[in-house]
Amino acid sequence: MTTTADESRALDEIKIGGLGSSRKRVEDDRFIRGKGNYVDDVVLPGMLHMEILRSPLAHARIKSIDASKAWALPGVRLVLTGEMMATRNLAWMPTLSYDTQAVLATDKVRFQGQEVACVIADDPYIAKDACELIEVDYEPLPPIMNPWQGLAEDAPVIRDDKVNQADNVVYNWEVGDKAGTDRAFEQADVISKMELHYPRSHPSPIECCGSVADFNRATQKLTVYLTSQAPHIVRAAVAMVAELPEHMIRIVSPDIGGGFGNKVPIYPGYVCSILASILLECPVKWIEDKTGNLISTGFARDVYLKGEMALRKDGKILGVRMHTDADHGAFFSDAQPSKFKIGLMHSAFAAYDVPAAHLTARGVYTNKAPGGVAYRCSFRVTEAMFFQERMVQAAADDLGMDQAAFRRMNFVRDDDFPHRTPFGFLTDSGQYAKCLEVGLKAIDYENFRKEQAEARKRGRLLGLGISTMTEPLGAGNSREYDILGIKMFDSAELKVHMTGKAILRTGAKTQGQGHETTWAQIVAHELGIPADDVVVEEGDTDTAPFGMGTYASRSTPVAGAAVAMVSRKIRAKARKLAAHLLEVSEEDIEWELGRFYVRSAPGRGVTIQECAMAAYSNMPDGMEPGLENTAYYDPPNLTWPFAVYIVTVEVDPETGVWDVLRMVAVDDCGVRINPMIVEGQIMGGLTEAYAMASMQFITFDADGNCVGSNYMDYLLPSAWETPGYELHSEVVTPCPHHPIGAKGIGECAAVGGPAAFVNAVMDAISETGVRNIDMPVLPDRVWEALTYRRDVSGAPPIRQD
Amino acid sequence: MTMVYDDTGDEATADVPVRKIRFTINGRKKVAEIEPRLLLADLIRRGVGLTGTHRGCDTTNCGACTVLVDGRAGKSCTMLAVQVDGREVTTVEGLATASELHPLQEGFKQEHGLQCGFCTPGMMLSAKALLDRNPDPTEEDVRWAISGNLCRCTGYQNIVKSVLWAAAKLREREPEPAEASAVNKVEG
Ligand code: FES
Ligand code: FES
Repeated sequence: MTTTADESRALDEIKIGGLGSSRKRVEDDRFIRGKGNYVDDVVLPGMLHMEILRSPLAHARIKSIDASKAWALPGVRLVLTGEMMATRNLAWMPTLSYDTQAVLATDKVRFQGQEVACVIADDPYIAKDACELIEVDYEPLPPIMNPWQGLAEDAPVIRDDKVNQADNVVYNWEVGDKAGTDRAFEQADVISKMELHYPRSHPSPIECCGSVADFNRATQKLTVYLTSQAPHIVRAAVAMVAELPEHMIRIVSPDIGGGFGNKVPIYPGYVCSILASILLECPVKWIEDKTGNLISTGFARDVYLKGEMALRKDGKILGVRMHTDADHGAFFSDAQPSKFKIGLMHSAFAAYDVPAAHLTARGVYTNKAPGGVAYRCSFRVTEAMFFQERMVQAAADDLGMDQAAFRRMNFVRDDDFPHRTPFGFLTDSGQYAKCLEVGLKAIDYENFRKEQAEARKRGRLLGLGISTMTEPLGAGNSREYDILGIKMFDSAELKVHMTGKAILRTGAKTQGQGHETTWAQIVAHELGIPADDVVVEEGDTDTAPFGMGTYASRSTPVAGAAVAMVSRKIRAKARKLAAHLLEVSEEDIEWELGRFYVRSAPGRGVTIQECAMAAYSNMPDGMEPGLENTAYYDPPNLTWPFAVYIVTVEVDPETGVWDVLRMVAVDDCGVRINPMIVEGQIMGGLTEAYAMASMQFITFDADGNCVGSNYMDYLLPSAWETPGYELHSEVVTPCPHHPIGAKGIGECAAVGGPAAFVNAVMDAISETGVRNIDMPVLPDRVWEALTYRRDVSGAPPIRQD
Repeated sequence: MTMVYDDTGDEATADVPVRKIRFTINGRKKVAEIEPRLLLADLIRRGVGLTGTHRGCDTTNCGACTVLVDGRAGKSCTMLAVQVDGREVTTVEGLATASELHPLQEGFKQEHGLQCGFCTPGMMLSAKALLDRNPDPTEEDVRWAISGNLCRCTGYQNIVKSVLWAAAKLREREPEPAEASAVNKVEG
């Protein structure tokens, strides 16, 4: 060998698809060919089909159910009703928030679209026909469509099934420093107030929920293919609810057509398909239709804010007071860490240096679908950041200060980390002011302000909205974060075969985030095994290590960290093998990407692949054979990405229609594993932000009818409406406690984006003196604000005029 | 769909109406005996067993079920199977040849035009219908052509890039004579 001592033979990390490589996605190969394997693609021999009958009323007593005509239809195998479920103790099931939820209604229906009965038939068309033949006699009760109706003296008690539930209050909860906050308000020069409603929204992945349950009488094993972002949680829940032994339950999440939080909870349809399969001893498929998905499965938001900021004349924030009233629907089934009743709402103002803050939160039952899922957000952080940035905009206006200057002045400074937020979180790192400067420069802030003033003279309404956000991502650490008592760690298992190829499995579950691509990149970074040599599998509870699944942007912070840690365990063993192969002691060995070498003779080395071969064919005496390991990662803290979003708009003064002129996004999510995928996540999030700000919401009329239960009423932006985005990635603050310095990113834009759009519209019409228009900022709402110069509420029930 | 029912002796069992249709799917000729109410999406997915055509909404809004019928993009969730009697259907499985991906498929991978992949087959077929009539579309043309296909993951920007990538690839592959492309434009 002729290598000189300082010549490195380390692999080129980008070439092997390591960290920072915009590697093309491996999962694409099947999706572009139409060869994905989604739940509805699963076909098993002898499979039957299930359909659900849903309640047409929001609140009614069930007097009787007559299913005889359905039973008589040829091809019908089984009709399930609440009464039958009750005989097996399955009419109710626990929610993820320690409440109960009806599987099939027995006593009352409590929201429109609630599951009342199920038909299982040879063919889905027959199952649908049979549902229409079921006769249900309802006695209507007054529907409660918002928290205020629910809190009224004479309101009917929705949850009369619960002992000790005398009213419609779900919880009262508080966090922060009340006395300190009261003092801050006493000292304030200005108190800025804001009241608003974050409307009910639905994550609405294009693929609806579904399951194929397959109980095998001979082996006693239950296999369920199911649209779940968290298959291990489902397994645990099925074991508890259906009282089946956990090792006899296999949950498989195949390819998932988008999740966004909607596919975290356990839904009645899953439970019914499982019971039907057990009773009929046949596979049973249930595929929800879009109305079923929108009307009954995990919604998000629906929170009312009363916010106040205590301000000093010079612009310093002295204190923040928030009160939220959340509309939880008929069952409290938020999918969130048990300890926190209103999710992580108290992450509000984490990016600002606020001396004192206090939050009170109240939850109320209404006659609406349950949910409260983390829709592209870390447990109500979306509401927290929206409230924060709407309050900040109003505060700057009240002080007569420039929007950018007010934020800059109050940001947590770069040298102030770790920083304790007013509600007790510990933020890890960030360069907030720098991100803001990048954004302002990109949008050409000063010039836009001039242009805006000019335009206004000619009657044109231009507006600019700034929103910033920092989000606690990567729940959690197990001291504080659990769901149903299960600690929120995650896991990875890596098996390196003797030829140096590897299989990696994690407890997370990709739904479009590209785990099959990025996890292999982390292995490549840690071990120098080319990413193409690592296959990634997730979603099968029989093979994947136990993990809490993918939501709340927790995969890179938690499962991704586990991938790095398991790779390091493998490297530690490979080092021993290398020492054996090189006949030197371990201390004399150095690592460079893909290779160990002798410190004193760098030309003498062995590759990671050679170590892998040795692990199976030439290990030292006394060493356990094989090169496989598992890591469970319990994060020391959450990761805190930061972002600045700036939008410019033009509002048509005649019609209230507004168009986005430009959208600039500056995201600092630490180290980017695959920049292409990160940018894809950001653009997806921005589009959901635009959707929520401009058109997407679920509301109800006074009779309890859901408006927004299909894609004709629930408006999602198409390519035609969606604006273009300008992304900036130049600010990188690695997470100090994550093994590869990464932070979560999947949701930042959906969390921080909405306020940028709304702030821009409010800025454009600032001369009206209108303080707030609730989202979505529909043209008719803008028109109303422009015409009548008053705030516009979007709270249900919708006005009939 | 061919069905086997429990014979309960009812008239209903005897009366399940059946129609016979002939159609071509991805170049293969097929005969099917179907209930007249069967939707095209079900004929493709459950009858022929091609599951690349997805169903998202059943109300003609999402476009996940988009296929080509005689070269025109249509939503198979709201077409009856009997409507393709004697016609030619192309699904995502018909885009690639045995040896080669269609440039749209390559483009979607190159430009990261998909995430969960659920909307992708429909997107590609709407895009194909566009490129067949307009080989050199603008960004606006693309946005308009796919406006009947919803995507919740990507924010569309990369989908638009993917389609433009494919258009460029197709043009460089088969440089069209000037008149031919003019004719094409008129038809489009
Ligand atoms: S399923 Fe056909 S358009 Fe949505
Ligand atoms: S890639 Fe998921 S819906 Fe388009």
